[in-house]
Amino acid sequence: MNGNRAAVSVIGVGMHPFGRHDPALTGMAMGATASRRALADAGVSWADIGYAVGGSNVSGKPDSLVGVLGLTGVPFVNVRNGCATGGVALATAANAIRAGETDLALVVGFDKHERGAFAASPADYGHGDWYGETGLMVTTQFFAMKDRRYLHAHGLTDRLLARVAAKAFRCGELNPDAWRRKALSEDEIMRARMINPPLTQYMLCSPSEGAAAVVLARGDRAADLCERPVRLAAVAKRTRRFGSFEVFAPWLPPQAGDSASVDAARAALAAAGVSPADVRVAQLQDTDAGAEIYHMAETGLCADGEQQELIDRDETAPDGRLPINTDGGCLANGEPVGASGLRQVIDIVLQLQGRAGARQVPGRPRVGFTHVYGAPGISACTVLTT
Amino acid sequence: MTPVEAALFSSLDPPRLAGARCARCGTVTFPAQAGCARCAGTDLATVALPDRGALWTWTVQAFEPKAPYRAPESGFTPYGVGYVDLGDVIVEARLVGDPATFEIGMPMRLTLLPLWPGPDGSAVVSYAFQPAGQPAGQPAGEDGASKDRTGEGG
Repeated sequence: MNGNRAAVSVIGVGMHPFGRHDPALTGMAMGATASRRALADAGVSWADIGYAVGGSNVSGKPDSLVGVLGLTGVPFVNVRNGCATGGVALATAANAIRAGETDLALVVGFDKHERGAFAASPADYGHGDWYGETGLMVTTQFFAMKDRRYLHAHGLTDRLLARVAAKAFRCGELNPDAWRRKALSEDEIMRARMINPPLTQYMLCSPSEGAAAVVLARGDRAADLCERPVRLAAVAKRTRRFGSFEVFAPWLPPQAGDSASVDAARAALAAAGVSPADVRVAQLQDTDAGAEIYHMAETGLCADGEQQELIDRDETAPDGRLPINTDGGCLANGEPVGASGLRQVIDIVLQLQGRAGARQVPGRPRVGFTHVYGAPGISACTVLTT
Repeated sequence: MTPVEAALFSSLDPPRLAGARCARCGTVTFPAQAGCARCAGTDLATVALPDRGALWTWTVQAFEPKAPYRAPESGFTPYGVGYVDLGDVIVEARLVGDPATFEIGMPMRLTLLPLWPGPDGSAVVSYAFQPAGQPAGQPAGEDGASKDRTGEGG
């Protein structure tokens, strides 16, 4: 475990449901709602919070939330780390607790994205204007190309993509907070509008709106404040290394290298002292259906190629051997980038506390795992235990 | 003809891409860059890249991207995108040709891609790869394509 480092636990969670909302409802207002819900769930007040971390990619400076939550003078750190924002924000707050800066911290993430695929600025990623102008800087292209390479290299079928998406919408149907709550058949998914082959529209998540917040406490306070605290056994974040195949890459070296997800997952599991086989419920970045498939292997939850059998046998559904994205994941919730990683943590916390309702994983799971991945090759993973 | 970015090319006729090779570890980058992503060396020399390679992966851009993408004057039509293995480096590129014929491992060759009219009326061009018209299954060594990554998915 973490030796003599202070234990950190999640003692409260709150969401503003993801989806499409009133145009007048700001990302920050959703962040305030999620924060208040998390504080209420923890049974503490904003004035009790000694450290706050907020993440948003496009919807303003999170520390502005103090204007509506209350001007308590709390230190408030802003995080803007793409799709990994939630995980990085969580790590920042947990480290503040471990460093003795506070015994209660709030982590909040929110975003309100425009419809349609994300537009990115080449200069923001260190590329020339030509990269964007000539149509190479589109995230969905990367996911399609990584999927095709992965499926080809490991002998997996394209239909697996439709099975993963169908599972996501079945989970969405069971989750009252999900955006997409209608189950779709594999054939409906396969025949839908082609976006970037092999990916159809239902195999890709959409940018959406929403917010998520959690309250963290030092271990001794957690036991006092919460009946069933969930221990944040480890959180690790990594950037890409040489040879990994990442989004917005004009070139790759011929030598393959491990992705940021491989490194972050390995570090989180090692720090928590658990093996991938101990994980009973997981959240993996499913920006598209193929990402869920290769992230299963990159995080060590299965071997390359093993996904065909696991997914064909529905082992990744809530009642399977390795439940993944039981709240419907990004595919059924969309992705407000700043909030997405915290949504993952909230789903796992609810599962470990037995509060996940219709999507509850049976058998009282004790070990959960979360994984986010984002441009330009960053990942953050957590291990949560009871 | 005007290149969309002069630094991408070592020559336009015949078309050849310009990369950079690290003097210390041999890593080849595209486009040329001043620092080595592998060994952090700063002694990199510009090199012309091979104009033939093997298709490493691909997709089709079926919807019109948001800005900064710039559609041709005739309007957006779906286009191919892929990575082509040139041996010492795998480069991302627009693809020209019928996507129904694309398959991983097929031989590809470099071509110029007209984009839009430049200020002087001549075409602004970028680069693309197109099927080389050779039978599939030809040994990759002919194209200088590397075999290091054959067992992995990225």
